[in-house]
This record gives sequence, structure tokens and C-alpha cells, in this order.
Amino acid sequence: MKKKAKIEITNLTKAFYKKQSSVTALEDINLTIEEGEFVCLVGPSGCGKTTLLRILADLETPSIGDFKILTEDKTRPLQSMVFQERGVIPWLTVEENVAFGLKMRRLPKEVIRERTAYYLKKTGLDPFSTLYPKELSGGMKQRVSIARAFANDPEILLMDEPFAALDEQNKFILQEELLSIWAETGKTVLFITHSIDEALLLSDRILLMSSQPGKIIHEIKIDLPRPRKVEDIRENPEMAAKFVEIWQHLQEEVQNSRREKN
Amino acid sequence: MNKKITEVQENPFEIEQQEWRKRQRKERWKQMLTIASPVFMLMLWEFLSQTGLLDIRFFPPPTAIVGTFIDMTTSGVLFEHVGISLYRIFLGFLLGVVPGVVIGLLMGLYSPIRHFISPIVMALMPIPTLALLPIIIILFGIGDLSKVITIAGSVFFPVVINTVAGVTNIDSIYLDVAKNYGAGKVSFFTKIALPGALPVMLEGIQMGQAIALLTIVAAEMMGATSGIGFLIWTSYKAFLLQEMYVGLILISFFGYLFSLFLRGLQKKMVPWR
Repeated sequence: MKKKAKIEITNLTKAFYKKQSSVTALEDINLTIEEGEFVCLVGPSGCGKTTLLRILADLETPSIGDFKILTEDKTRPLQSMVFQERGVIPWLTVEENVAFGLKMRRLPKEVIRERTAYYLKKTGLDPFSTLYPKELSGGMKQRVSIARAFANDPEILLMDEPFAALDEQNKFILQEELLSIWAETGKTVLFITHSIDEALLLSDRILLMSSQPGKIIHEIKIDLPRPRKVEDIRENPEMAAKFVEIWQHLQEEVQNSRREKN
Repeated sequence: MNKKITEVQENPFEIEQQEWRKRQRKERWKQMLTIASPVFMLMLWEFLSQTGLLDIRFFPPPTAIVGTFIDMTTSGVLFEHVGISLYRIFLGFLLGVVPGVVIGLLMGLYSPIRHFISPIVMALMPIPTLALLPIIIILFGIGDLSKVITIAGSVFFPVVINTVAGVTNIDSIYLDVAKNYGAGKVSFFTKIALPGALPVMLEGIQMGQAIALLTIVAAEMMGATSGIGFLIWTSYKAFLLQEMYVGLILISFFGYLFSLFLRGLQKKMVPWR
């Protein structure tokens, strides 16, 4: 039962030009992500994973190559990004933040109200809907960011280390919440993280990246049954082996890049 | 008996409550100090001039100034001067703030406009508008208009500079959010640029208000036949120092009143801070 491709990236290269030092952030990336797949990009900081995400989010343009997000429903937005915690807009209330994408697309008021209310409830934000973000904790702010992206109902979701700033306990809780919303909607997700544990818990497939030039060097399938819990990953010896495997790949990368710098 | 004492000592809330009370008392003491300082100043002044330690001709006692203030109010002279000054301040302030905000927003949003206008703003800003007053009087006459223009000119610069800074310093992640979620030009302006720039912009308007008061007094001293500045200047020349002090104190009062008002407005307009 081969699924349909959702994202197709072909021969994509991105370079940043500066007078002193030019950088090849991404080199010849070829990647296909299937519909409904949850893919994590893991790599050391500065390996170009954020650049790849920003290209898909239409915030950067590739130097060479192309990508396609396949769609059947033209009224839907192609992609929405779950930004880091500080991407929640401070002068809009929780409700206005969640409704932001829908309002920008000028959907009927009735639809906006209904969908916003649904995701506020889903993320447990409904008691705080009229508050400003400054009154929320970090975890709550991140829920706003997640609700905003899901409410927009895009073809694919892009997530840029959404839980990086949270404490560990909150991170576990939000990861499980994210999985439960994701399971319900069946969206295609590309998720960036530098946490191996996070990638193991969330992904169907993990892509490891090298740095400068950014390339996908390894791919690991995670076929642990869903729904998954944080405990499942910790208890499973197979996952422990995968953790070690990923770490060994990345360790080499980190050390290589350090040697190059020196 | 003994047992009871240890119980009291061991209750953490009572200990904390005592600490809390101590802090409250300290807070109240500090508030008292804030109120006491101007009162103390006035009493010291009163005492020094009553006893002749300060020359009463230059420093009339506050009670005498209050007396003069009441006389001037009942005769209606004061209302005339205050009214005309407030009118000029208000009009000049608006005439400075509105173009300041509009041009500042344009400069902040469109970098070619910013690059074109900012050298002009930078070059004109250091020139005190008051130094241009002779020319302004030649162009606009000795009436209200020249005063209004002078104030507008002084208010304009802090407002325009802060508005530009407000727009250009908006965190780029909000621009990314707007773009990613498909904000159009109008939505971008009303949902991101304007509210994002507002806090810094209001700081500029606050500064403009202070400058407006400084300017009106000087402008009315140099070329006017009415207003608080005119009152101060003519009283001084006629050696009516009590009347002069009434003018000075009025300026101080209105400055305080306006900044209270603007601070209140700031809280209303930027509730998310």
C-alpha cells in the first residue's frame, strides 16, 4: 500500500553569498515525503535544516532546484509553520493569534469562529482565549502556535524546533498532545529538532543531516506502533539501539565540523 | 503556656505575615516621601522668604503667589492667557504629531523612502525651531499661526524618529509569521506594523508633548501679545514677579497633567505590554 507523495524536493541547493565567506547551506537535496507522514530532520545546529524548512515555508528561495507540495484542494493553504515560542504575536489575544491565518485568508466569520473554538478547546486554551500572550507560560504559548497552524488547515505542517525552549516535563506533555492532534488530522509534517529522543518519539522517518554543506546523510525508519507514549521509547531496547545509531552518526558530524573550524 | 509560644513561632504563615507587614510599612513610608518632598520644598521656601533669608523681591513666598493666582483668576486675565496657550499647544502638537506619524510609518515601511528622507530629517533636526522663529514670524505673522507652526516643527522630529525606529525594530519573526500565514498589504499594516510600532511611537509622542511646552513659552516670549509665555515675560519686565511665578507654576502644572494623560492613553492603547 504505497502512499502518495506529498512533498517532492529535487536537486535543491541553497548558497548564501557574502563578500568574506560564502556558505553552501544545502547541497543537492533530493527528498520525497509521503502523504500523512511525520518526518523529523535531525542535525547539529548550523547544518541547514532550518534553511530547508524556510524554503518550504516560502520564506527563502532556493538557489538551484525546486520543490513541490502536491495538492488536490486549491482553496487550502499549501503550508503553515509552527514557529518557536516567540512567534506568538504579543499584541493579539490568544484567540486572535489562533484565528490569524483564517482571518488573513478572509474566511467567513462563522467558519473562523468555529475552527478557532475547536482548536482552542483541543489544546486546552479555551479558558485563556481573551488573554494576551504575556500572561501565558512557555508551554501555553507554544500551544497557541500549534493551534494557529492546525486551525489554518494547510496541506503540510512545518515545525521549527517548537519545543526547544520548554522544560523537559512540559516538552513530554506537549509532544504527546501534538501526536494526538496529528493522529486526528492525519497531516503531513516536517519537524526540525536537535533532540534525538524527540525525533524517536514523533517520527515515522528520521533524516540525519550533515553540516556545511548540508546534506541528508542517513535515513532511519521508526515503525513503532502508534499511539506512542514517552515511556514506550524509553522502555524499548530497539529504540535504545536506534538512539545509539543516530548519536554515532551525528557525533562524527559534530566532530568533523569542529575539526574544520580549527 | 510554653507550648503556645513555640506553636506561634513555628507557624510559617505568621512569620511571613509579619515580614509582609514590614514591607507594606516600608512601601507606605516611601509613598509618604514622594508626597512630602514638594510640600517640604514649598514650606522651606515660605519660611526662607518670610524670615528674609531669601530676597522677597525675587522670591515672593508661595502664599503670596497663591494670593496673586486667585486675584488673577477672579479678574479673568489668567483664563485668557491659559486658554490661548492651550489652544496653540494643542493645535501645534497635532500639526506635528500627525505628519510625524504618517511620514515615520512611510519611512519605516518603505526603505527607499527612508533612504531618501532620513538625511533631510537628520540635517534639519539639530536646528532649534526657535532659532527659526524670526523667519516664521515674517512668514506667518505675529498671530497664533506662527506659534502653532513653531510648536509643530519642534514636535515633529522626536515623533518621526521614534515612529521609524518603532517600525524597523519589529522582531523579524512577526514578519515571517505574517508572510507565512498570507497577510496582505493592508492586514500587514493594521495587524503587524502599526501595533508593533505603537509602543516606541508613543514614547516619541510623549517626548513631543514635553517639547511642545518648552517651545510655547519661548515662542510667546519672543513674539506674542498673549499667552502664558507672554504673561511670564511681561510680568518679568514690569518686575511683577508674583505674576511671573504664577505663569511658571502653570507651565509646570500643565506639563504634569499632559504627561499623566498620555501615560493613561499609553496604558489603554498598549494593553498587551
